[in-house]
Amino acid sequence: EQVPAAVLEHLERLALVDFRDAEGVRRLREAVRFAERLHDVDTEGLEPMDSVLEDRCLYLREDDVTEGNCTKELLKNAREKIEEYFVAPPGNIPLPKLEERETFEQQS
Amino acid sequence: LASWLPVVGLEIHAQISSNSKLFSGSQVQFAAPPNSLVSFFDASLPGTLPVLNRRCVEAAVMTGLALNCSINKKSLFDRKHYFYADLPAGYQITQQRVPIAVNGSLSYSLCIDNKMSQMVTKTVRIKQIQLEQDSGKSLHDDARSQTLVDLNRAGVGLMEVVMEPDMCCGEEAAAAVRELQLILQTLGSSQAIMAEGQLRVDANVSVHHPGEPYGVRTEVKNINSIRFLAKAVDYEIQRQIEELENGGTILNETRAFDSRLGCTVSMRDKEGKQDYRFMPEPNLPPLILYDAKSLRANMNHQQVVNIDWIRERLPDLPSVKRAKLVELYGILPEHSFTLLNEDGLAEYFENVVKHTQMKPKKVIGWILNELLSFLKERALEVKDSPVSSFLLADLLNLLERKEISSSAAKQVFKELWKGEGKTPLEIVKEKQLELLQDQEELEQICQAVIDRQEDEVGAGMLG
Repeated sequence: EQVPAAVLEHLERLALVDFRDAEGVRRLREAVRFAERLHDVDTEGLEPMDSVLEDRCLYLREDDVTEGNCTKELLKNAREKIEEYFVAPPGNIPLPKLEERETFEQQS
Repeated sequence: LASWLPVVGLEIHAQISSNSKLFSGSQVQFAAPPNSLVSFFDASLPGTLPVLNRRCVEAAVMTGLALNCSINKKSLFDRKHYFYADLPAGYQITQQRVPIAVNGSLSYSLCIDNKMSQMVTKTVRIKQIQLEQDSGKSLHDDARSQTLVDLNRAGVGLMEVVMEPDMCCGEEAAAAVRELQLILQTLGSSQAIMAEGQLRVDANVSVHHPGEPYGVRTEVKNINSIRFLAKAVDYEIQRQIEELENGGTILNETRAFDSRLGCTVSMRDKEGKQDYRFMPEPNLPPLILYDAKSLRANMNHQQVVNIDWIRERLPDLPSVKRAKLVELYGILPEHSFTLLNEDGLAEYFENVVKHTQMKPKKVIGWILNELLSFLKERALEVKDSPVSSFLLADLLNLLERKEISSSAAKQVFKELWKGEGKTPLEIVKEKQLELLQDQEELEQICQAVIDRQEDEVGAGMLG
């Protein structure tokens, strides 16, 4: 089935992904269809498993300072920096509305 | 005019007092050079993984036990997604599905009519306590249209304490938070200093008519002190009542408290309601806690957090300490509140009592009236008092043995406050404040005074 345009826009806004063209949207549809196969399995009365690690021991670390003090290295990744601060735009830049963007709708 | 019932709930974030962060080994410290306390994991560099800090787990368990919660022997970690410059990973690791502690309660006390002599005890339910990461800090530079980001705080462990909407006004909210602060400080799980951002409070406020369903609530943020918490809540209650009485509606929105103007302002984002796309944290298995019953002999102690072991080692909570002070020293309940409200005052009081013959019921007057007012006047903390508990005890002994009068004692106290290193006895001698004890000497002086007066009367009559 088709993924409604409103849902696509919502997903693009939430996850900041760009489905770019008809091929991208088709791939999304395939992914959803693949995941929907899970509904075929009867899980009545079963505890959900949300991680294959569920029976592993969660390792607890001692409260010692073992890292940090690498300001220079970290700032190497920054496009812009001021006096050891990372520089970012003032608040989130809102994604332009669907009509204002070149997306799959316009290209298909 | 129909009456309104205000409803107040609180979400409190307390920074865990630990050496290193919740999921990484970088240091936790207030005010350090920007981005100096940041590990690769905190900066969300690829290939890094979270490793849970045992001390943070213990802090959360301690706090849960102190707040009468059920500790979940199995709790889970989740990712809460949103985009912001001070959240490098694009998500916060939190406990949304199954937090570490649930269903507790906190008792706090209020003065009726601002009179300390009438106190009433109230209870607020604790919905849950969850472990989560703190974000970095954003410094907004509006002039240059940019934000400076410091990740030193990113990844620091937080305990989020959710209080149910059982409170009805600013005073109750403030009293509940104050008691929580004292409990956290007593446990040592958080230093809970609001001024340093170690304790942050968001208030959820709504109003409704009795018998009707709850009204739409707003969330109030940016509250920087307990005093402002009371103001912000009361302002928001008033604002909502006025809005509704004028026929308006309340929007389910987030508002910021402006301490300068004493009001709340809308923070409504153009982006609309947030969808956090919660998902299980795939890199962390469930957190399993043990107790005496579930513990097995072959377990590695370093990997085990034993709830019963922690429970046995809980210190006396403020409410217990107060009850003990009242019982041991015969002071009033409201006195015990004041003693615990000032850091170090209870210890000071107990030390004076230990070193003086004066009864505790009399000593408390000196502590709460003389000492405390001197401290407050000069904005000093108990630990910085120029008059030590030993000096005060010496002074009170002089008074108790009737070597000086009550007014003389107050004079000596004032002198002692100068901190010139003199003992009470030295000051008494210097200023000749001793009370005369000798009966004969007293009679002689009185007689001499009478004789002098008779002479004057005689002289007057002759003249």
